[in-house]
Amino acid sequence: MADQISDYYTLPLDDWIEFFVKDWLVPNFRPAFRAVQWPIDQVLSGLEDFLLWLPYPVFVVVVPLIAWRVAGRGVAGFTLLSLLFLDLLGIWRETMVTLAMIVTAVTFCVIVGVPLGILAARSDRFYSFIRPILDIMQTIPPFVYLVPIVMLFGVGIVPGVIATIIFALPPVIRLTNLGIRQVQAELVEAGLAFGSTRRQLLFEIQIPLALRTIMAGLNQTLMLSLSMVVIAALIGAGGLGLTVFTGLGRLDVGRASLGGIGIVLLAIMLDRITQALGEGGRSKASGQKDTLTRLFKGLVQGSKAYNKKS
Amino acid sequence: MGDDTDLTAGTEEKIRVEHLFKIFGADPQDTIRRIRDGASKEQIYAETASVAAVSDVSFSVNQGEIFVVMGLSGSGKSTLIRCINRLIEPTEGRILLDGEDIVGMDVEGLRRLRLNKLSMVFQHFALFPHKTVGENVEYGLKIRGLSARERREKAVRALEQVGLAAYTDVPPDNLSGGMQQRVGLARGLAVDPEIMLMDEPFSALDPLIRRDMQDELLALQQQLHMTIIFITHDLHEALRIGDRIAIMKDGRFVQMGTPEEIVANPADDYVSAFTRDVDRSRVFRAHLLRRDAHALSPDTAIETALERFESLGREALYVVDGHGRPLGVVRRHDLERAGQTILQDSLIDDFPSAQESQELIELYTACAKGLPVALVDDDGHLDGVIDPLEVFQILGGGSDVSVEEGNTSVQSGKPGRSTIHTGTLETRRTDHG
Repeated sequence: MADQISDYYTLPLDDWIEFFVKDWLVPNFRPAFRAVQWPIDQVLSGLEDFLLWLPYPVFVVVVPLIAWRVAGRGVAGFTLLSLLFLDLLGIWRETMVTLAMIVTAVTFCVIVGVPLGILAARSDRFYSFIRPILDIMQTIPPFVYLVPIVMLFGVGIVPGVIATIIFALPPVIRLTNLGIRQVQAELVEAGLAFGSTRRQLLFEIQIPLALRTIMAGLNQTLMLSLSMVVIAALIGAGGLGLTVFTGLGRLDVGRASLGGIGIVLLAIMLDRITQALGEGGRSKASGQKDTLTRLFKGLVQGSKAYNKKS
Repeated sequence: MGDDTDLTAGTEEKIRVEHLFKIFGADPQDTIRRIRDGASKEQIYAETASVAAVSDVSFSVNQGEIFVVMGLSGSGKSTLIRCINRLIEPTEGRILLDGEDIVGMDVEGLRRLRLNKLSMVFQHFALFPHKTVGENVEYGLKIRGLSARERREKAVRALEQVGLAAYTDVPPDNLSGGMQQRVGLARGLAVDPEIMLMDEPFSALDPLIRRDMQDELLALQQQLHMTIIFITHDLHEALRIGDRIAIMKDGRFVQMGTPEEIVANPADDYVSAFTRDVDRSRVFRAHLLRRDAHALSPDTAIETALERFESLGREALYVVDGHGRPLGVVRRHDLERAGQTILQDSLIDDFPSAQESQELIELYTACAKGLPVALVDDDGHLDGVIDPLEVFQILGGGSDVSVEEGNTSVQSGKPGRSTIHTGTLETRRTDHG
C-alpha cells in the first residue's frame, strides 16, 4: 500500500550533515574557528571587565547623562530609574555581563555587516548571492546551529556571542544595502559628475545619506541580540539569560521573572538611545558628525559631572 | 564688444559628437543596424523591445557657445547630455572634447576629465541634503583635494556670483527652489569648468524665477565664456539662451540652427508646431533686415541725389559725414517738391536709429515714423538701413515668405550676412548686462 516516496526510500540527509559537521568540518577547521573566537573573546572580556570595574555610581550618573544628551529628558529619567531598579533587584552583575555580551555582538555585527551591506548595494550579483543566506539566517531556528557551534567553539560565553552574531547580523546587512540603494540617483550622479572616486562617493554621499537607515538596521540588530540572550545561556553564556534559564530549570518563576525584567529594561533603554542616535543623523543637517559630537559632549559632560561629585 | 573676441569665440571647436548612439536593450548592435536601415524608434521598440534613446546624433559646439538641445520628455536629450560626461556609456560613436575621444577612456582618465574640465547642473538641483550650502559648493573642490581654506574661498566667490554668499552655512533644504538652483549653479561654477552641462536646470522653477535665472546665466556667461550644453523642453527658453539650437525627437536631431533659422525655416511639421506661437519680434534681430545704406554725402547735388533715388527705387536716403556717421535723412518727395538747391535744407536730423543686435520688437517705435531706420554700429557709423515696412510685414503677417525675402535682399547686399555668427550673442548680452 505504498503511495509515498518515503515508503521506498528516505534521503539520509541528517546522516550526511552529521558526517559533514562531525567528521569533516570539526576535525579540519576547528583551529580556524578557534581563531575567529579570539578577537571576540578579547573584546568581550575587555568590555566585561570594564563594565564590572566601573563603579556603580559612575554608571548611574554617566549613562543617563548620555541618554539626556542624545534622546532628551524623558529617556534620561527612564534610564536612571531603570538602572536604580536593576540594582535594587540584585541583578546588577548579570545585567553588566549581558550588556557586555550584546555590545560585543553588535560591534561585530557592524564590523561584518556594514561592509557586506555596502558590497551588496554596489553589486547586484553579490546581493543575489547573499540574499538567500540572509533569509536562512533569519528563519532558521537558533537551536539548529547551537550544536555545531558547541562542536566548533565549545561551550561558554564566547560561543554564545557567536550564536548571537549569526542571529542578529542580517538586519544590519539588509538595511545598509537598502539605505545605500535608496540614495537618490541624481545625488549619486552629481557626485560622479564632479569626478568622485567610488570611495569618495561612498563616504561623502552614500553613507551619510544612508545613515538613518543603517542606524535603523543597527537598532534591529541590537533588539535581536537581546532576544538571543536566553538561548545563548543554553550553551553556557552567563548574565541575565542564565538567570532566566536557571529559573526555568528549577521552575522558579520569581527568578525567571527577574531575568526577564532585566532584559526588558535593558532593551528599552538601548532601543530608545540608539533610535535617537539614528534620528539625530537625519534631522540635523550635518549627519553623523553631529551625532558623534553630541555623543562626545554627553560623555564629557557626564564625566565632568562625576568628577565634581567625587 | 569687440569683433575679434567674437571671432575667437566662434571658431575654436570645443565639443564634437560624431554618430552617437545609445541603445538600451539586449542586442544594441542589431538595433543600430536597424536604425541605419531606417527603422523608427517605435518600430524598433515593437520588434526588439530595445529603446534607441540616442540614434545617430552628430554636432559640434564651439568654445564659448551655448548649445541648446530642445526636446520633449522621452526624446533622449537627458541621455545625450549624460553621454558627454559618460554618466551613461554611449553604445557607439565618438565624443571629442578638445579633440580627445572620451568614449573608451579609462576610469582614471574619465575621472580626471570630470574633475577638471566638466561640470554639471541638474534638473532637481541634486544638492546634498547632509551638507551646508557652502559644503555643497565646495564639493568638486574637496574631491580635487584642495585645502579647506582654499576651497572655502572659491566656494564663497562662486556663491557671490549667484548672490547667495550670505547663505553659506545654511542647509540647502531651507532655501527656495530658485535659490537652490543658484547653489547648484555655484557648485558647477566653483570648479572653473571649461564645459558646463546643464540638464533642464530651470525646468523645475516657476516662470518668473526661470526668466531671472536665464538672465543671470547669460550675464555670467558674458564674463566666463564657458562652453555650455543646455537641455530644455521649452522652446522659448531655447530661443532666449541658445546661440544654436538642436531640436530633438525620438533620439534624433530634427533640426539644428540659430534661433532665427529655426523660427524662420522650421525643418518639418514637428518643429513648426513649436515655432508657430513664438513671438517672432523677440527672436529676429535687426541685422536680418539690413539693407545697404547707399548714403549720400552732404555736398551731393540735388540732381545726383534724385538720380540715386530713381536708380535705387528708394523713398529716403541717409546723409553721412566724412567719417560715415549719419547726419540725417532726406526724403525723395521733399527734394522734388521744394526744388531746393542744397541737400542740407531738406535734411531731417531727427532720424530713427537702431543697432544690429536689437530685437525687432524694440524697433516698433523707430519704425512708426515711417522713415528708414538707421543701423548704427558701436562707433556711431552708419552700417545699413531697415525698411519699416519689412519690419511690420514680419511682425504683422509673420509669414515665412517675407522673412525669406528679407534674407535674400540682405544676401544680395552683403553675402554671408544671413548666417548668424556666434558674435551676435556676445553683443546681445550687453543688453542684458
